[in-house]
Amino acid sequence: MLGKLTWAAIPFDQPIPLVTSIVVVCGILAILALVTVKGWWTYLWREWFASTDHKRIGVMYVALGLVMLIRGFADALMMRGQLALAQGGAPGFLPPEHYDQIFSAHGTIMIFFVAMPFVIGLMNFAVPLQLGVRDVAFPVLNSVSFWLTASGVLLVNLSLFIGEFAKTGWLAYPPLSELAYSPGVGVDYSLWSLQISGLGTLLTGINFTTTILKMRTHGMSYLRMPIFCWTSLAANLLIVAAFPILTATFALLLLDRYVGFHFFTDDLGGNAVMYINLIWCWGHPEVYILILPCFGVFSEVIATFSGKPLFGYHSMVVATMAICVLSFLVWLHHFFTMGASADVNGFFGIMTMIIAVPTGVKVFNWLFTMYGGSIRFTVPIYWTIGFMVTFTLGGMTGVLLSIPPADFVLHNSLFLIAHFHNVIIGGVVFGFMAGYNYWFPKAFGFTLDETLGKAIFWCWFIGFYLAFMPLYMLGLMGATRRMQHYADPSWQPYMIAAFCGAALIFAGIGLTVIQLAWSIRTRERRRDLTGDPWNGRTLEWGTASPPPSWNYAVEPHVHGIDAFWAVKTKNKELHKVAESRYEADHKPHYESIHMPKRSATGFVTAFFAVLLGFGLIWHIWWLVIVAVIACIGVLLRQAWDMDRDLSITAEELEEFDRRHPSLGSQR
Amino acid sequence: MSGGANVAVLDAQGKPIPLSQRGPASTWSMISFGFWLFLLSDIVIFSALFATYAVLSKSTAGGPSGSDIFDLRSVFIETCCLLASSFTCGLMLIAAERRRLQNFYMWAAVTWVLGACFIGLEVTEFSDFVARGFGPTHSAFLSAFFTLVGTHGCHVSSGLLWLLVMVAQVATLGLRTTVVRRLFCFSLFWHALDLVWIGVFTIVYLGSVHV
Repeated sequence: MLGKLTWAAIPFDQPIPLVTSIVVVCGILAILALVTVKGWWTYLWREWFASTDHKRIGVMYVALGLVMLIRGFADALMMRGQLALAQGGAPGFLPPEHYDQIFSAHGTIMIFFVAMPFVIGLMNFAVPLQLGVRDVAFPVLNSVSFWLTASGVLLVNLSLFIGEFAKTGWLAYPPLSELAYSPGVGVDYSLWSLQISGLGTLLTGINFTTTILKMRTHGMSYLRMPIFCWTSLAANLLIVAAFPILTATFALLLLDRYVGFHFFTDDLGGNAVMYINLIWCWGHPEVYILILPCFGVFSEVIATFSGKPLFGYHSMVVATMAICVLSFLVWLHHFFTMGASADVNGFFGIMTMIIAVPTGVKVFNWLFTMYGGSIRFTVPIYWTIGFMVTFTLGGMTGVLLSIPPADFVLHNSLFLIAHFHNVIIGGVVFGFMAGYNYWFPKAFGFTLDETLGKAIFWCWFIGFYLAFMPLYMLGLMGATRRMQHYADPSWQPYMIAAFCGAALIFAGIGLTVIQLAWSIRTRERRRDLTGDPWNGRTLEWGTASPPPSWNYAVEPHVHGIDAFWAVKTKNKELHKVAESRYEADHKPHYESIHMPKRSATGFVTAFFAVLLGFGLIWHIWWLVIVAVIACIGVLLRQAWDMDRDLSITAEELEEFDRRHPSLGSQR
Repeated sequence: MSGGANVAVLDAQGKPIPLSQRGPASTWSMISFGFWLFLLSDIVIFSALFATYAVLSKSTAGGPSGSDIFDLRSVFIETCCLLASSFTCGLMLIAAERRRLQNFYMWAAVTWVLGACFIGLEVTEFSDFVARGFGPTHSAFLSAFFTLVGTHGCHVSSGLLWLLVMVAQVATLGLRTTVVRRLFCFSLFWHALDLVWIGVFTIVYLGSVHV
């Protein structure tokens, strides 16, 4: 009846997961009770869960990412705490099989359920606004994408309470991840949650590529798009080209595990290195899926707060697309030591060095944008400058690792761990934080607290260096990764320093929560009434904050890059622009528009996707059949739903614009 | 169909507006473009499976190789069924665009039957292999073969289900624009499966003769 699921799956004998489980379950129950008592369910359902508004979906992605950041960081703190203690003879507090699950879960969660939701959330929020359009190409599909990601999150978190997580590392290399060596449900949890959320990501890729290529507003040719749209385009092209490889690769491993195929097994001709090749054919582009949109954020932030157009817009576009293509030609540098010939290693080493060139072009463009500008030192610019220093350092250690002979010494060491945290924290997290502070007032109509924002930056910035510089040194001394214990007691001071760094970053995460709460409390005095709190350059700053569900009552016409800046500078008496719109000859011609209705499809699909995943993980076959039939039912219901649009009248649009005179109404 | 891409659109001064500056594309063009992207992503899945097959096709672990077991005659009939169904699918779409209901039903039925024949032959081939002891669990080569060809078969089977749904849509909703657009996407899907099959036929079946 319940397949492999028995009471033994609940970790009664392990205090850490058990206590965590109880605390989390109590927390969830408390939140549910609060929502019920306050009567918020209808609001939450109508305005958020069933929303097809790209801005709402973007906010939900970011919220999901922030929650999972806390979860993933708890894993990081446990690992750093364990290693600060477990030196020489001391065993620490985490047994090896638990430690292995923690580093696997940390990697999986941080990449798939923190970094990806952050990046996709920012794209969801900002891309249609920047393109001057009212929504993405496929709004219901967008909701499905989000909820499938949430399904993956739920399954990963369930593994903490019911069963176990993979002990194989985040990429589940075979043969270790094969049934013979990992007979438990841990690997299945990892694979199925990533298959489900991966489908959501693929649909996002299709949706945003179509949106950017087919849905720009009037006059917005490709070379008039804001850079963030370009980098998002590159990232989404990579999603469409790379995520299917992940799906196929995991499917092959699942066939090995579930029905005894021999793709990657030790026997009967299986070839584990094939898996390693395939997974990195996805894995390296994935790095750029994460970092490219962040490059876009930095470009927007630097241009805005330097008060200058971005230096070298065209070279930025070329560099972005060059990285997009080259990212598919470097995958082998993740396993130089796995037996490829010297020539093959040489090719991939050189390609890896070449990919640093367009990245370098970008860094110089940012520097030249700042040069001669009047820079306003706001929170987003703090993150951006911190990024330029940190990411450049991480890039240089990456080029070091791209030399195959050096890689033979450094592979699988803490030097590598320090390198990729250097680029992912210094690039993706810093980029997300810059974008979060930058677009928050657009999303909610009030700014985040600057003082706390700067404190958060310093916590992360100093915390990062304190946590990871010792790991570079330990790596050079020969410390290998994924160890629960190190025998050499002379390494302990480095480990303690690294723990202190992690604790400082944790303080930064705590302050992020405080910053949010404090900014909401004091929102009345930090209202953004103009829609343009930063003196921005791109279209999104020309609509109200928060924008109406339709974004723009009248589709904007664009005549060049930095379209909103052009509007502002063209009118010498800026403050008159808003009023002039309502003079007879300037009054825009309002027409009624159609917007997508809210839809339960995403949420319901995801609900059954969770049941499907759970059934597959625990071999509960009847549940699998029920869930598949239910998913098909949802699809059919959607196919016969011919009434999907909501009409908004011209009067409503005009009324909203009258009450929010945003376009160009500058301080 | 995709709405006047070649017709010159003029601005207020009478100058032609470049295609990239004409604002959001039509719903039809957006949906078919999105579906093309989906098909491309699907083809990426197949390319991963093709790569795996290419690597593992000689890993027979002492078991049979492709040339030992493939029956090219039956595969040729399969191929003919599928290619013919692509042609009839095209006729079905033309009938739908001209709103010829009877013709639509006829060509949909022919397409479905040809697709079902293809699947029938494939299932026969697979069950014959399993019965002779060449199931997918016996070697890496057989795993890769069953997965690559089977994934294509799963696609064709879901295409058959989709076609049934489309016939039901036409029956209940009529040949309205939305439904015709979905038929257009279906035909793209069906032709793409043909394309993949040509790869399978060439690399897996004809390729085995060389070995």
